[in-house]
Formats: sequence, C-alpha cells, structure tokens
Amino acid sequence: MATKHSRAAARLMISPAVLLLLGWMIVPLAMTLYFSFLRYNLLMPGMEEWTGLTNYEFFVTDPAFFTALLNTLLLVGGVLLITVIGGTLLALLLDQPMFGQGIVRILVIAPFFVMPTVSALVWKNMFLNPVNGLFAHIAGFMGLPAYDFLGQAPLASIIGIVAWQWLPFATLILLTAFQSLDQEQLEAAEMDGASALSRFWYIMLPHLARAITVVILIQTIFLLSIFAEILVTTNGGPGVASTNLTYLIYVQSLLQFDVGGGSAGGVIAIILANIVAIFLMRMIGKNLEA
Amino acid sequence: MGRIVLNKVRKSFGEVEVIPPLDLEIEDGEFVVFVGPSGCGKSTLLRLIAGLEDVSSGAIEIDGVNATSKRPSERGLAMVFQSYALYPHMSVKKNIAFPMKMAGMPVAEQEERIAAAAKALNLTDYLHRKPGQLSGGQRQRVAIGRAIVREPQAFLFDEPLSNLDAALRVNMRLEISELHQTLKTTMVYVTHDQVEAMTMADKIVVLRAGHIEQVGSPLELYRNPRNKFVAGFIGSPKMNFIEGERAASRGAHTIGIRPEHIDLSVDPVEGAIVGKIGVSEHLGSDTFAHVHCEGIGLMNVRVSGEADIHAGDTVYLQPQEHNLHRFGEDGLAITL
Amino acid sequence: MARAITNRRKTINTAVAWAIGIAIFFPILWIFILSFKTEGNAIATPLKMFFSGWTLESYGLVMERSNYFRFFMNSVILAVGSTLLGLIIAVPAAWSMAFVPSKHTKNILMWMLSTKMLPPVGVLVPLVLLFNKLGLTDTHFGLVVVLTLINLPIIVWMLYTYFKEIPGEILEAARMDGAGLKEEVLYVLTPMAIPGMASTVLLNIILAWNEAFWTLNLTTTAAAPLTQFIASYSSPEGLFYAKLSAASIMAIAPILIMGWFSQKQLVRGLTFGAVK
Repeated sequence: MATKHSRAAARLMISPAVLLLLGWMIVPLAMTLYFSFLRYNLLMPGMEEWTGLTNYEFFVTDPAFFTALLNTLLLVGGVLLITVIGGTLLALLLDQPMFGQGIVRILVIAPFFVMPTVSALVWKNMFLNPVNGLFAHIAGFMGLPAYDFLGQAPLASIIGIVAWQWLPFATLILLTAFQSLDQEQLEAAEMDGASALSRFWYIMLPHLARAITVVILIQTIFLLSIFAEILVTTNGGPGVASTNLTYLIYVQSLLQFDVGGGSAGGVIAIILANIVAIFLMRMIGKNLEA
Repeated sequence: MGRIVLNKVRKSFGEVEVIPPLDLEIEDGEFVVFVGPSGCGKSTLLRLIAGLEDVSSGAIEIDGVNATSKRPSERGLAMVFQSYALYPHMSVKKNIAFPMKMAGMPVAEQEERIAAAAKALNLTDYLHRKPGQLSGGQRQRVAIGRAIVREPQAFLFDEPLSNLDAALRVNMRLEISELHQTLKTTMVYVTHDQVEAMTMADKIVVLRAGHIEQVGSPLELYRNPRNKFVAGFIGSPKMNFIEGERAASRGAHTIGIRPEHIDLSVDPVEGAIVGKIGVSEHLGSDTFAHVHCEGIGLMNVRVSGEADIHAGDTVYLQPQEHNLHRFGEDGLAITL
Repeated sequence: MARAITNRRKTINTAVAWAIGIAIFFPILWIFILSFKTEGNAIATPLKMFFSGWTLESYGLVMERSNYFRFFMNSVILAVGSTLLGLIIAVPAAWSMAFVPSKHTKNILMWMLSTKMLPPVGVLVPLVLLFNKLGLTDTHFGLVVVLTLINLPIIVWMLYTYFKEIPGEILEAARMDGAGLKEEVLYVLTPMAIPGMASTVLLNIILAWNEAFWTLNLTTTAAAPLTQFIASYSSPEGLFYAKLSAASIMAIAPILIMGWFSQKQLVRGLTFGAVK
C-alpha cells in the first residue's frame, strides 16, 4: 500500500473533508469572537461599535447567568447520575439469561430514537399536565391532589424527561461493555472465592470503567446543549427557573436581538465545553493507539 | 522462467534502513526459504519481490526482465499470505477464480482449472462455501488454490503455516513440498521457524537486521555455519557455546558444539566437562539433558534412545572434537 | 456463563426485566394507543379510554390539517441529503486514512472529533446572520449543508473504524491476483465495506432526523422538518391528545424502526469506536 503514488492520492482524497470542517469551525468561531466585543443589536442596525469586554461583563453579572450556569450543571449532573447508575444496573440485568431478551432490549432502547421535540411534548401534555396528564389521573385515583410538575419543579421535570431519553444510550453502551467481559475472568474470580458482590466490584466495575467514562463524556457534550426540551416544555420558565446556558444565549441573541451579548455567552459556552472535550479526546485518543 | 535476481536492493522507511543494499539470486524451480528472527526484514524482502513495497534503490529482475517498477499484478507472481487473505464475501470457487477473472480468462478454462485445483487440494466438496465456514487448514488450501490456478512464474509464501496448529502444520509442510515437486515452479518462502526452513528448502537464506548472514543448502548451513548467529539459529536444540580457556586452547574465542555431538557418560572420564543434570526429557527416541556445568553454565545434550539419567545425576560430557565449531572474537567461523 | 441457570432465577430475571422494559417503553406505547382514539375518548380517564373504540380518525386529521406530508418530506430530504453528501465527502477521507495512514492521521481524526465538541449555541449568532445574509435560511440546501457538517466527523470516524477492520493483506492479495485499482475497489473493497457503510448511513439518518437545534433555529416553514412540525403543537394544540399522538407516532415511527434494526452497530458509532 505504501507507495508514493497512493500517498499523493490519499492527501487529495482527505482534503475536502478537512477543508470543509476547517471552514465550518473557523468562520463562525471567528465571527462569534468578533461580535462578542461589539455593541451589536439587531434592533439598532448601524450602531455597532467596539466595546471591549463590556458584553462579557453584562453577561456574567446578569443574575440570570448565574442561575443558568447552575441549572446547566444541575441538568448535566442530574441526568448523568440517573443514567449512569440506572444504566449500569439495567445493563447488568439485561446481561442475565432470560426469556425474550431481544424484545426487552428493543423496548429499553426505544426512547433514544424519539426526537427531542416529541418526547418533550408528550411528557409535558400527556404525563405531567396537572389536569389531564396521566400522573394527575393516577393521583386523582389515589385521592391525592394533582401536582403541577412543570410549574412547581420545572428543572427536575426536564431532568426526568432528558434522563428518559438518555438512559437507553447509557444502557446500550454499558451492556455492550458487559458482553465483552471475558467470562473466564469471572469464573476465575469465583474459584478464588469472590462473592457476587465482590465480583461486581472488583472485576465488572473496573472493566466498565472505560465505557462509563465514555458515556459520561459523550453525554456531557450533548447535555450541555440541551435546547429543544426546554423550548417546548417551559420556555425556560417560570422566570429563569429552567433556563440553561444554551437557552439563555438563545433568548439573548434571537429573542432580544442582542448579538453582542449572545456572542459573549457563546464564547463562554465554548470554553466550558472545551474543558469537557479535552478529557473526552484523551480517552478516545488512547483508544486509537490500542 | 522463474529466475529472480535482486541487485543492490535497498529499502528504507523514512530514516530507518530496513534492508541495506543486498544481492541475491534465486534460480528457476528452486525452493528458497528466507529465515530469521522476527524483525529481520524477511517479510519486507518478500514484499519487495511481490511489488507490494517500492524498493528505495536497486533493481529486481524476474525471468530476465527488469521488474523494479512493475506493479504487483504485472510481475506474474502469486502470493499466499499469513492470514490467507481470502475474500470473505466470495465462495471458495469465486476466490479461486478471482485471479483468472482479473486476467480475463475464458470461463470454460477457468472452470477446468478450478476443478483441477480443487481436486488436487481436496476442496471439491467445499467449492460453494464461504471462507468463514472453513477450518484453518482448508482456508490455507484455498489460498494455495488461488495461487496455483494462475500458473505463476513463482510462488511467494509469507509465513503461511504460522496460524495452524502443530499437527496440521506438519501436514501442510508436506503438502507444500509435494506441490513443489509436482509443479517444479520457483517458490520463495518466508518463515521464522528453522525446522520449516530445514525440511522444505533447496536453499536457505538466513537474514538478520536486513543483512544476509549466509546462503546455502540446509546441510551446508548445519555443517558449516559461517558465523555464531547462523550456528545458533540453525539446528534444534540450539548449539552450545563455550568461551574462555577451553576455547583458547583450541585457538578460538568461542567454540560451539551441537547437543547431538556431545558424548555423555555417567562414569568419570579424564578431561571431561563435569556437570549436574537439571532437567531430563525422555522422548523415547531421544533423551535431552539440561546439564549445569561448573564454569560454563547450561549445556544441552542429546542422547540417542532411552538413557538412564535423571535430575541430580553427575555426568561427564565430552564434545566430539571433529564436530567442534570455532569462532573468532568477531563471531565469524575460523576455518582450518 | 457456561452452566445451567436455575429456571427459577431465569423466571425472576425475565419478570423484572420485562417490567422495567415496559415501564421505559410506556410513553411510546401510550401515545401509540391514544393515536387510535377519538379526541373525546383520549381525555377520558385512562381506564375508560383504554376500552373505548379504536379509530384511524386522528391520523386522517393530522394529514389533512397541517401539511404533515410536506414536513415529512422535508425531514426525508434533510436526513437523506445530508447523509449522502456526508458520505461522498467522508468515504474518500476515511479510505485514505485507513489504508494509507501517515503520521498526521491520528491528529486529523482527533481534530475532526474536536469540531463535534463545539457547542452549537457558540456559533448560533453568526450562523443565523450568515444564513439571513446569504438567503439560506429556511432552504433545503442551507440545512443539508449544516447537518452534513455537524455529522461529518461521526461519518468519517465510523467509516474509518470499519475500513480499518478490512485487513490490508486482502487488498494486497487482490493486487497480486491482478486487480487494478478499479477492480480492487469494485470487487473487493466495496462488498466488504457495505455492512459498515450501511450502519453509518442508518445512524446518520437517525441523528439528522432527530436534530432539533439547527432545524428549529434555521427553518420556519419551507424547509421545516418534523421537529419543527411537532414543536408547533406546543400549545394549545398539544391538548388535543389524539391528534398530537398520531402526529408524534408518524414523526418517530420511521426512525424507531431503523434504530431497532441498527442497534448493534450504533454503539460503535455513538462512541467513536471507543466501545465495541
């Protein structure tokens, strides 16, 4: 394979992908960075002027920013907690011998394929709705007062919805990891006198460590950008109670037309995502060498 | 026909020179084995002949024609790979037919050759199976079948037996040797296993770090190794090397003696090497003794037949003087 | 484990796993049931609703009222279009990285992956402005390009890991057997790569179909896919349960079915080959 001819051809074949991604990365990124230093509002065209770090100052000192940052962390952390623990247990269960394993797998994996707007809307109207929602019916049946999930606990409700969407992802990947575990290792551990619990703790969990890390990192990347679920269910409200960073920037730039402020927020979001990305890239990079 | 001449062939990957300039002639119809430890460049050399790698400089001549810049498909060679490299999506029949299809051979003739090859290789019942449904030995046969139908100038084998179990390996070794006797086509065979080299080759090329250490028939290499490396590499169990006074007294830096050229006695013998048996392996036909000798270290000794020796016994070793190999400080053999 | 599991334990496993499976699947099952009810029955108490008559009425209403078909076609165009475009760009790139690796290959792959980490909201503003200026907002072309670019790293990675599994020796064997580049690609590489390419295509259609950030922000009507269509049900139309259910089922059914078929290959694609 390694002839001079093929090397030249290889370079040619790879360049469209590289150039396109380079453009996709650099052009909007440079524009965001540039706008973030401008006073730039679409309602006041022609008034753009250089303002240095003012946009950052306004964005960061806005009390909504702190709430949004906290909400972002709670959303990411909450969903991760539910999906990783739930996913591990579920994968462990699905790895056991049972009847109709394939069908259960299909049932469990299904929510992942439901588009975000559908799952948000369905949960909002059919389950969480305090009048006609299924949960309200059940509460009524048991003689309890109906609970207004999205009004009273908007963030927790969104965490629930998002966790429902991502639990299958974690389960599927952890199940795959379980299945790649060498059965002889477990049998050896059993011969060595390890109980079921210590087999899980000392053999299975270390084997899963890598898959769990991958699940956490990949989910984090996606969870930092949760948008449609919030847009459809609460619009970030009540107030800013369920606004995350992505949604805050969307409101600032596209609803309030403050391009400069929104861009400053965008730069902050990029920095946050990069911190996660560095860890993820290390993980996958290691795998590439193996 | 299948005469292959390498003229000052050199190969480097970037800064690293894998094969320094090297000359070699492979006669038509010869069975040549490249042997050496892993990383010695033997596979690279084969791939240069095949055209799968470009030579950095030098020339390769096949059948009197300069083939240096020819593409693999134009060189008229067939190759059997270590992994067999069968096409997994094609049936056995289609696998064997592939090179003929590429050459645009009429279908009737293809059928004829496939049938002949399948018969010779015991594959007739498996022609419609996919490679995934075959055993290792059968896959190996398909790979060979795919090579012979083209009637190439020469066959190239890249460690073809290393994925088979021991029993099958002995069988296939015989089959390939028989194939060579029938076809009388040049074969170039790469292996790290000196037993394969000794049993199959007309001519062995011993390689180390891209250098040719020695070229010769199996028994030439066994009798007259040119240096310590070849002496240690050819023959099993390995040749024993002794340094120091004993060597100096025979005018050498190191002397070498093969395990089968040592007389072992349980009764004291004047001037013999005294040692204690560590492990003795009783095979019936032979007995191998690992003897710890004072001032020398471990010596391997082979005794023909069933010998009554056991771990812990004190034994007296006498190397057969006329079978001694003498080496100088540079590792080269000293010829008398 | 290679041993006999008692039937009792297997039965318990089965019962627990099925209970959890059905619970997780329940919301989808629920809208599936509701979609075959009349509006009146759909808001009745659950027990009464379940035993009321079944009808296709809601599906008819959805088709009639809201140009469902146009949204559906837009989804198809965006998903299929971006996947094909992505494939055309990615196949040569993945091919060359897998079969003619250089010392930069790893860096290029990692860098491609890093573009996927860019939070979309970070480039939302410039993209909206650029799209407005170039007249790309709400066009198929604009959206196809964006969806292609956000999924390109995944396509390249998936193809790369699949191509990488095709042993180089097989391609060399083909060359020894007299195959030129054309024959090598046509008779050997393509047949061996097809399963991997198929799962890549499937995963990308799923991802593009469900993409809800750019499709919501860069389309309004003309190029709007099903994500936008469903979002328009937000309220007060969302309270028409039967109709919402029918619309939802129509929006998710194709992808759900594709997803079920490709679940085995999905893991690799979603984890960039880090878990197999």
